Amino acid sequence: MKRISRFRRHKAAAPLLLIFALLGIGGTFSVASATTANEMSAVERSTLIEEGRQIFLKGCSSCHGLNAEGVSVAPSLIGVGAASVDFQVGTGRMPMADMSTQAMRKAPVYNDEEVAALAAYVASLAPGPEIPGMELLNFERDGSTAEGGELFRNNCAMCHNFAGQGGALTQGKYAPTVMGVLPKHIYEAMVTGPQAMPVFNDKTITPEEKLSIIKWIKSAEAEPNLGGASLGRVGPVTEGLLAWTLGLGLLIGVAVWLATKAK
Amino acid sequence: MTVEAKLGQVANYVDERTGAAAFLKKSLKKVFPDHWSFLLGEVALYSFVILLLSGTFLTFWFDPSMREVVYEGAYQPLEGVKMSAAYASALHISFEVRGGLLMRQIHHWAALIFMAAIVAHLLRVFFTGAFRKPREGNWIIGVGLLTLGIVEGFLGYSLPDDLLSGTGIRIAEAIIQAIPVVGSYLSYFAFGGVFPGELFIPRIYIVHVLLLPGAFLALITVHLMLVWYQKHTQYPGPGRTEKNVVGYQLMPMYMAKAGGFFFIVFGVTAFLAAVASINPIWLYGPYTPAQISAGSQPDWYMGWLDGLVRMAPPIETYFFGYTVSWNILIPGLIIPGILFTGMALYPFIESWITGDKREHHLLDRPRNAPNRTALGAMSLTFMMVTLINGGNDLIATHFDLSINQIMWGTRFGVLILPPLAFIITKRLCLSLQRADRELVLHGRETGRLLRMPSGEFVEVHEPISPEKAFILTSHEQMPALDLPAVDARGVKRAGALKNKLRARLSKANAEAVPKVSVEDLKEIENH
Repeated sequence: MKRISRFRRHKAAAPLLLIFALLGIGGTFSVASATTANEMSAVERSTLIEEGRQIFLKGCSSCHGLNAEGVSVAPSLIGVGAASVDFQVGTGRMPMADMSTQAMRKAPVYNDEEVAALAAYVASLAPGPEIPGMELLNFERDGSTAEGGELFRNNCAMCHNFAGQGGALTQGKYAPTVMGVLPKHIYEAMVTGPQAMPVFNDKTITPEEKLSIIKWIKSAEAEPNLGGASLGRVGPVTEGLLAWTLGLGLLIGVAVWLATKAK
Repeated sequence: MTVEAKLGQVANYVDERTGAAAFLKKSLKKVFPDHWSFLLGEVALYSFVILLLSGTFLTFWFDPSMREVVYEGAYQPLEGVKMSAAYASALHISFEVRGGLLMRQIHHWAALIFMAAIVAHLLRVFFTGAFRKPREGNWIIGVGLLTLGIVEGFLGYSLPDDLLSGTGIRIAEAIIQAIPVVGSYLSYFAFGGVFPGELFIPRIYIVHVLLLPGAFLALITVHLMLVWYQKHTQYPGPGRTEKNVVGYQLMPMYMAKAGGFFFIVFGVTAFLAAVASINPIWLYGPYTPAQISAGSQPDWYMGWLDGLVRMAPPIETYFFGYTVSWNILIPGLIIPGILFTGMALYPFIESWITGDKREHHLLDRPRNAPNRTALGAMSLTFMMVTLINGGNDLIATHFDLSINQIMWGTRFGVLILPPLAFIITKRLCLSLQRADRELVLHGRETGRLLRMPSGEFVEVHEPISPEKAFILTSHEQMPALDLPAVDARGVKRAGALKNKLRARLSKANAEAVPKVSVEDLKEIENH
C-alpha cells in the first residue's frame, strides 16, 4: 500500500483515477441496464416492428409478398415466428442467392439489429416459435453430451452424417454440416424445420434434449482428430482414396526404384 | 575353433539329419526376373503378414461379445451409453491400450492396401497374359484369394459393432434374404434368429480370425509354391525365351530386395496409420438397428457392389405370395456371380478362342493382345462407374451435384461406357502396334532437320537399338482359327453354331497390325 501511495501526487494519478471511475460507472450501468434490456416498452416494440417492416418491404417483399402473404416462388411468412426469421436471415440463408435447390448458409446480409427488427415484424403478423433466450440456451449446464449423441444418431445422423458433417438429399438438396453453427441457430432449426428438415417440436424432442444435442454437436466440433488427419469425417470413401493414392502410390514408387538397374 | 568351423559343424549336423543342403543349394540359386510390376503381389503378401501381426495384437483385448454393457471408459462423449461388449472393447483398444489406436489403424490401412495390391497384381497378371497355360490354376486361386479378401475385409469392418459396421451387416442380411426360397432361412441360420440377435459378432469373429486366415495361408502357400514350381513369367527381351528365366538369384540379390521391401511396406502402412485417421469408431457410436448415418459406405473394395445396389431400379415381383426382390438379387448376387465366374474362367475362354494350347512363360505387351486389353479396360470401366455411384452422396455434396443425376448418369454409364472403353482401347492398341512398326522400320525421330543440297528439308531418323527392335518384333501374331462351317464333302459340321461363334471371336481376336518382318527390313535397306 505504501508503495502505491508514494505515487499519489504523481501527475498521471488524477487522470488515471478518472478513467477508473468512468469505467466503474459505465460497467455498473451496463450490468444494471442489461437486466432491463429485455423488458421492451410497447413503444420501443412498435418502433422495432415498423423498422422491420421497412427492411422487409425493401429486401424480402419481392418474393414473399408485400404483406408476407407469400406468392408462387416463396412461402407465406405469417405464423413462421421470430425463430424462423432469426435462423434464415441470421445464417445468411435469406435473402436467397439462387433459387435452384435450397437456401445455403453464407455471410449474413443483415446485421443483428436488422435481423431482430425483421424477426419482430414477422412475429407481429401471427404467433409462432420465438427466438430462444440466452437463459434457455445454457447447454453447458443443462445438457448431457452422451444423451445428446444418442439423440443425434437417432434423429439427425441419417441426414447430417454421424459426425454432423452433412449429407446428400434428393434432387441436389442436402443436409448442411452442423459444425460451426451458433447454438441459437441449431435450436431454431430444430424448432422451425427449415428447408427439407422436419420440425422437432418440444414433444418430440424436449427443450432439455435439444440442449443435449447442441452440447454433443459442440463437443464433436471441439474434439481433436484423435487418429490423425480426419479425412473429412465422411467414412470409408476418402479412406479408400488415400489407400490407393498415397498408400499404393508410395509402394509402387518404391517398387519402381527397387527394380531399377544399377547404372 | 573358428566361427566358420563351428557354423559348419552345426550345418553339417542339420544336413546329416534332414538332407537340406542339396535342396538349399538348388533353391538359393533360383532365379527371379526383375520388374516393378512383379512386386505388386509382394505388396499384397507383406500386407497380409502385417495384418496377421497387427490382428493378433488386437485379439488380446477385443471381446467378441454382444453382451450389453454400460460404457465407463476414457471417451467422455459416450460415457454411460449402453453398447455391446465388442464395441466397448474396441473403444478400450483405441483409447486405453498403449499403442492400441495405432495398431487398429495399421490393421485397417493394411487391409485397404492389401486389397488394393491384390487388384493391382491381378491387373498386371491379366494385361500381360500371365494367366495362360500352365498358370490357369494359379489364376483361379488368385480369384479365390480376391474373393476371400473381400469377405474377410467386410467381416473385419463389421466386428467393432459401431453404427457403420452394423449398417453393413444389415445390408448383407438384406442380400442374403433376397435369395429366392431359401433366403429367409439362410438369414435365420446366419443370425440365429431375427436380425441382429446376439450371435453374429462371435460368429463372424471366429470366421475372421481363424477360418478365413487359415484358408488364406493355405491358398497363399499353394499360390507361391506354384510360382516357384512353374517359375516366374518374364517380359520379352533379348536372351529371354520360353525355356529360361533371366533375373537375379534368390540369394543374395532377390532376398535382400524382397526382405527390404517388406520393411518398406510395413513402414508405409505405419506412416499412414500414424498420420491419417481410419474408421474413427468412437464418432459413429454403438450400433442399434434404429439408427443410420448419412453417407454410410463400405470399404473401397465393396464400393462397386454398393454402387450397383444403389443404381438398381426398384423392381419386385410376387409369386404365390412370395416376394422376389430383383433390385437386390440382380446387383447383389447375380451380377457379381457372373463377373467372378467369368473372371475365374477367363484363361479357358481365351484359349478356346485362340486355340492356343501351348505353354507361355514370356509375357505379352498389352498392346499386342488388343482384345484382351480392351476387355480389361471394359471391366475396369464397369467397376469405376459402379464405384463412383457407390460414393454418389459424397460426390453430390462435394461437387454441388444432384444425387439423382449421378444415379441416372451411372445407370446409363454402366451400360454405355464399358463397350465404348472396349472399342477405344482396341483402337489404341492397334495404333500403338502401328507406331511400333513405324519405329522399327524408320527409327526414332531425332528432331534434327537437315537441308539437302536440293533445298529439301528432311528430319533425321535414328535407327533404334537392336534390343529395342527385338522387343518390338519378338511377339508372335497368331492367325485366326480356320473353322469352316462345312467339311470337305460339303456336309454341315457338328456344332456349326458353336464353331461360327468361335470363328468370329477368333477373327476379332487376331486383328493386328502386321509386325515388321525380315523381308520388310531388307526392303527398306535397299532404298
